[in-house]
Amino acid sequence: MDRIISKLLFFAACSSIAILALIALFIFKEGVPIMVKSGLGNFLFSQDWSPLEGRFGILTFMVGSLWITAGSLVLGVPLGVACAVFLAVFVHRRAAMILKPAIELLAGIPSVVYGFLGVMWLAPIIRERFGGPGLSILAASCVLAIMILPTIVSVSIDAIQAVPRSYREGSLALGATEWQTAWRVTLPAARSGILAGVILGMGRAVGETMAVIMISGNATQIPHSIFDSVRTLTANIAIEMGYAVGEHREALFATGVVLFFFIMILNVVALRVSRRKF
Amino acid sequence: MRIAPSITQKIAKFMLFAACASAIAALLFVIGFVLVGGLQNVTWAFLTEPILDMGRGGGILPAIVGTILMVFVAIGIAAPLGVASAIYLAEYTLEGKATQTIRFGINCLAGVPSIIFGLFGFILFVVIMGFGWSILSGGLSLAAMILPTVIRTAEEALRSVPQNYRDVAASLGATRWQVVTRAVLPYALPGILTGVILGIGRSIEETAVVIFTAGSAVQMPTSLFDSARTMAVHFYILAREGVSNENAYATASILILTILIINITAYTMMHRLMRGRRAA
Repeated sequence: MDRIISKLLFFAACSSIAILALIALFIFKEGVPIMVKSGLGNFLFSQDWSPLEGRFGILTFMVGSLWITAGSLVLGVPLGVACAVFLAVFVHRRAAMILKPAIELLAGIPSVVYGFLGVMWLAPIIRERFGGPGLSILAASCVLAIMILPTIVSVSIDAIQAVPRSYREGSLALGATEWQTAWRVTLPAARSGILAGVILGMGRAVGETMAVIMISGNATQIPHSIFDSVRTLTANIAIEMGYAVGEHREALFATGVVLFFFIMILNVVALRVSRRKF
Repeated sequence: MRIAPSITQKIAKFMLFAACASAIAALLFVIGFVLVGGLQNVTWAFLTEPILDMGRGGGILPAIVGTILMVFVAIGIAAPLGVASAIYLAEYTLEGKATQTIRFGINCLAGVPSIIFGLFGFILFVVIMGFGWSILSGGLSLAAMILPTVIRTAEEALRSVPQNYRDVAASLGATRWQVVTRAVLPYALPGILTGVILGIGRSIEETAVVIFTAGSAVQMPTSLFDSARTMAVHFYILAREGVSNENAYATASILILTILIINITAYTMMHRLMRGRRAA
């Protein structure tokens, strides 16, 4: 009896891997043939996306994803790490117990609501101040920076709290201030954990879809400035999926394959990095 | 010129405080922006009437029902599977190659973006298995998405159960399974429920997965094979296609309030659990 239960539980435990494998299997099965047909180089590095003529090049969308992800990291990482240091080092435990979940709540707000806010409030401001369409790399980066904040903050706080107390106490005992200790001792010791948080946040930013569709403007072009509108890999899938058929749909799945690959690499790197100890 | 360390300390502390304050301000701003714009349009009628004229009029009852049904399917699958997974990892095995692989799978699944779950659900449930755009397809896809959340929280809850609970039960002659079901699970239940509540929250927030797998029908669903929209999808369509700003704000208000209640419930449950543990 116990042996049967143990087997059943083992199968349940394998479900996550099984689902991951199924996802890979079905998306690859739909997407890979068209990649082979177009030629991988062509698919990845051509700017020509004309589904009706059967030409599928996703470079424009990759550049779009790259800009928005980079933008959100530039804004979100300093902010996130600063929040983490403040909450882990400078704030009383009681207060941190209220503030940390408040920041984590940012992850609970539906991405469509962020998108809505971007459209109604942020984009008009950018349009008036800097010109351009408003729905732009800058708008999307600002909103994504807030969306990835919870990931960066909670992973970084864990990393900082995992630094042995003796490091901090030793530094303080030598007469260093709290800040000198945080900057020269705690942060360097926690850097691999923080880096893992940043990489996971990056994965969030690359994969985010609905908010990005609403605020990046979705123009199919290589941008020249952060005030230009762009279309990301995820946005292109979601926008065209509604009416795509045949090869066009396969090409969208192929875009999914590229996305899946990229996210898996980020995940593996994050896991590797976070396992490294001081 | 060299600045005194005590001054740098003050400056640094202020900057870090400002960063944290701006994050909290962003949260309050998002919530406030939506509630100020929408709360006055939330009426009893809005909650209980069908969607009329593609969302321009009427209420959002079908979207509420659609959300509840889809969450029900998702949790109905993810909760037993996730808890069983966690029991295996926490109670039935030792750390080794196998658990490392399983954990790797869970971590990777947690990082998969929602649009990929959408594509996967569309091709497997909607097309290949022939469920069509339906609550069932949507619920199954959401179940895959929230599984890692349920597993991680449940495992943490199981691991927080003091070892002597297991030892005492085992010394009384209980089998492993009896130990788990009679001694460990009751104690870990609040923590496990926290994970389930967080999973419900994730399902309610989700748009991309649902739009690909459940479609966006405005009618009241009558079976699990009907297409339906969730509140998040309804809101997205209202906002993106500029159908009705008033109703978009109102829907977003309900969405935000639901999410707030869910997250605060989950947090207080976890918090109380942890405090109880420390006192014991």
